[in-house]
Amino acid sequence: MMITRWHAVLLLLVMMAAVFVADALSSAPLDPYRAPPLFALGSGKAPSGAHCSAVVGTDK
Amino acid sequence: MISSLKAAPLLASRSFRISLCATSLGIISIAVAANAGPRFGLLLLIGGGMGATLEGLGFGFAGPWRRLILARNPSGFLAQILSMALVALIAFPLLEGHPAELTGAHAPVGFAMVAGAYVFGICMQLLLGCGSGTLVNAGSGNLVAILALPFFAIGSFLGSFHLSWWTSLGSLPVITVSGTNGLLLTLAGLGVLGGLALLIAEKPKLSVPPRLWCAALIIAALALLHLVVAGQPWGVVYGLGLWAAKGVIAVGADVSSSSFWSAPAHQTRLSSSILTDVTSLTNLGLMAGAAFVTFCRGGFTASQQTLTPTIWVSAVVAGFLLGYSSRLAFGCNVGAFFSGITTGSLHGWIWFLCAFAGSFAGITIRNRLGMGR
Repeated sequence: MMITRWHAVLLLLVMMAAVFVADALSSAPLDPYRAPPLFALGSGKAPSGAHCSAVVGTDK
Repeated sequence: MISSLKAAPLLASRSFRISLCATSLGIISIAVAANAGPRFGLLLLIGGGMGATLEGLGFGFAGPWRRLILARNPSGFLAQILSMALVALIAFPLLEGHPAELTGAHAPVGFAMVAGAYVFGICMQLLLGCGSGTLVNAGSGNLVAILALPFFAIGSFLGSFHLSWWTSLGSLPVITVSGTNGLLLTLAGLGVLGGLALLIAEKPKLSVPPRLWCAALIIAALALLHLVVAGQPWGVVYGLGLWAAKGVIAVGADVSSSSFWSAPAHQTRLSSSILTDVTSLTNLGLMAGAAFVTFCRGGFTASQQTLTPTIWVSAVVAGFLLGYSSRLAFGCNVGAFFSGITTGSLHGWIWFLCAFAGSFAGITIRNRLGMGR
């Protein structure tokens, strides 16, 4: 059987489904009412996301 | 029967496919915004735009470096430089004026960081994809990238797990430049890189295709929008490590022995949905955007390349090392190179020098493995 990109994307979807299941098992329910404002700029709040440049123990 | 007959020619229409994909991404983003918050929906949309641009206009990192080294063709590299200069031009004043709300991709230079960037450079040429490239290739249905992706994530997770040991080998404090002087220094550095690329270029290859200029502008605009929305620059690797950490926890493992993952900030991410994690959302968007472009082009029916055992093993090993090394290097081509330099971090410049040197080695290794130049 010829393997096409459709087959590969189906495999990717299965993998991502597994990530979402794992996420659902360990995460608190979503709450849009406690979400940060749309734009960080002008919000008066420090950024709360994590980044690849994060040094051990920080969330910069 | 009648509806399927009608649907077939409709799906064959390119404009219908584009409308379908744009609508789908819009609906998914609105659903995320409604359930997680508007910022997160917008970040998914930004990631989607980035993925569509990278795939649709052929903008990337690993490929242009490869063409610069092998064919002395600087076009893709010059587009990167232009995009970064545009981001720096606006990001520097924003960061200077809003230090409480916005942060740069700042990290220390150290032994592990240098080695990590070098190894990343090797592996990005073995895999023909970097951080963003692996996600975009996966979204477009490239089997090698899809195989490498979980190992990239596992490598990123384990790299984070061991990060404190690696950084204890020795590192400088975080060194950054800021303000007008910092911006001028950064633009001068980018100018030198562009000038060097032009200097080594073969004269017939000096022209940059208009699509790459367009891509550079769009990526710059989206990267700046990302900074304004998220309060931090574009990144890739953290999200992948987080996905693997979630998987590890789901099978009952304990990550509390890691000083990285047990830190309060990362504990918060572990206990929150990936739909509220900045890098996870843009990563998902990158894959979705690339997938939609491939669908619009009708590219999913294309057959996969013949995969030799060497390619399979390389995908697994290079994928793992890409993830692991990018954590030691405090980012990949996006988080360290693109975002580090454009927000004034010295580590971005060191990352580039080491990863570019690694790319030379990677191209040589790839050739020796018979994987093609």
